[in-house]
Amino acid sequence: MSAILSIKEMKKSFGSLDVLKGIDLEVKESETIVILGASGSGKSTMLRCINFLEMPTSGEIHLNDELVGTVRGKGENTNITYRESDLCSLRTKVGMVFQQFNLFPHMTVLENVMEGQVTVLKRKKIDASNRAKEQLGKVNLLDKIDQYPSHLSGGQQQRVAIARALAMDPKVMLFDEVTSALDPELVGEVLQTIRSLRDEGMTMLLVTHELGFAYHVADRILFLHEGQILEQGTPQDILFHSKQARTKEFLKGHAAFSLPNPETD
Amino acid sequence: MYEWDFSVIPMNADLLIMGLYGTIKVFVSAFVIGFPSGLILALMRLSRFKIISIPIGLFIDFLRSTPALILLFWFFFAFPIIIGLMIQAFLAATLTLAIVAAAFYAEIFRAGINSIERGQWESASALGMTRLELLRRVILPQAIKRMIPAFLERTIELLKTTPLMAAVAYSDLLFQAMDIAQKTFRPLEVLTVVAGIYFMMIYPTSLGVRKLERKLAKSGESTVH
Ligand SMILES: Nc1ncnc2c1ncn2[C@@H]1O[C@H](COP(=O)(O)OP(=O)(O)OP(=O)(O)O)[C@@H](O)[C@H]1O
Ligand SMILES: [Mg+2]
Repeated sequence: MSAILSIKEMKKSFGSLDVLKGIDLEVKESETIVILGASGSGKSTMLRCINFLEMPTSGEIHLNDELVGTVRGKGENTNITYRESDLCSLRTKVGMVFQQFNLFPHMTVLENVMEGQVTVLKRKKIDASNRAKEQLGKVNLLDKIDQYPSHLSGGQQQRVAIARALAMDPKVMLFDEVTSALDPELVGEVLQTIRSLRDEGMTMLLVTHELGFAYHVADRILFLHEGQILEQGTPQDILFHSKQARTKEFLKGHAAFSLPNPETD
Repeated sequence: MYEWDFSVIPMNADLLIMGLYGTIKVFVSAFVIGFPSGLILALMRLSRFKIISIPIGLFIDFLRSTPALILLFWFFFAFPIIIGLMIQAFLAATLTLAIVAAAFYAEIFRAGINSIERGQWESASALGMTRLELLRRVILPQAIKRMIPAFLERTIELLKTTPLMAAVAYSDLLFQAMDIAQKTFRPLEVLTVVAGIYFMMIYPTSLGVRKLERKLAKSGESTVH
């Protein structure tokens, strides 16, 4: 089966700073990919280039075997240009959830989840509302639909943000450290939500520092180092049998203060 | 001792009312044209395309740093030379006030739009909204709330600029007042009453603005200065 998302030679520079140095990635349908890497290794930039919140400097992205963008020119001199309509249509198919939930503060929870459906997908209000309620039900927030975001806890806000993205019926979801801004006791509810998405077969790329979570949900883990995929494999491969010194060092740093196992101590 | 005699006011009330009507007419027209133009100018100034944003920026700065009276004379005396047509005082006055107001409103719109966090732009784009959709649905509704005090202040300024229009014989409140003063030799009384009329129009509004500012500041919504 061919890849739902395929990324070829994607590069990104900010001025003279080369942040992504050629990313190649094939994502299969229903695959859950976790991206690990040190701070500044380019994880966020990679996700943001996939839905063009940052313009990649070069490279190609194919979604369902369709090239994103419009090809101009002939023969040797072809180049890809990105029109607003190309990008908007891609973004409706690739949902994204951010570290800072970024809900629309002037809209209620229900309106937040309806907004994209009505404005972008041109769904009828009643259909959008039904779809929104269905999605909010899945994240257990039906009792909050008339609240404004500022009245919700961080965990609740993040679940609304997830519902908002899912209501657009995306093919792929991107999660960028979606639990990093949460109080520790609220992390679980958001991770649960993502895990049930995985069980429903959503295709996902997620950046997280929760290694235990990565272990349990990832089909594949990528380790990003200085803008390149240094190593990739199953959670077992990467988390326990890594071949790269950089990866081991990173994992050691994360494990430094984990709880000891009471059985063995 | 000067002997005040306010009887000239009721005797000329019809003229004063005509003047007040002239003031309100030019003020409302300038606002109705200037406010939306301000939004358009602000969006052009925020454009990603430098060929639009730079000249518009210069145009706005030029208008904001040129005395309104000079623009008025330009429209009234100079511009007609180019188009070969006389311009009515009302038209020149409306154009001047509208264009100056537009420049000032544009800066308020721009500051308000820029004050909305990047995350809002990004999450709206991530839903697939076009730039116009996200401005209309997400950015402006939040920004306008923060801009209200600055808009009201600027609108009061607009009202206070209207007497300048008397300089091209536009029959606003001040123009009529001067007319009455000359006929009756009672400039003190007439001007006192006119000042009072302006005060009564403006003071309650400024009080309202101050109250609103305090309320918005408390809820952390205001970005005024
Ligand atoms: N808009 C930008 N302009 C300039 N440099 C940027 C920009 N965005 C990111 N960078 C730089 O690119 C590099 C990678 O940043 P990125 O945010 O992708 O890292 P990250 O792996 O997500 O790190 P973290 O774990 O801290 O979130 C960093 O050096 C960062 O300073
Ligand atoms: Mg990051």
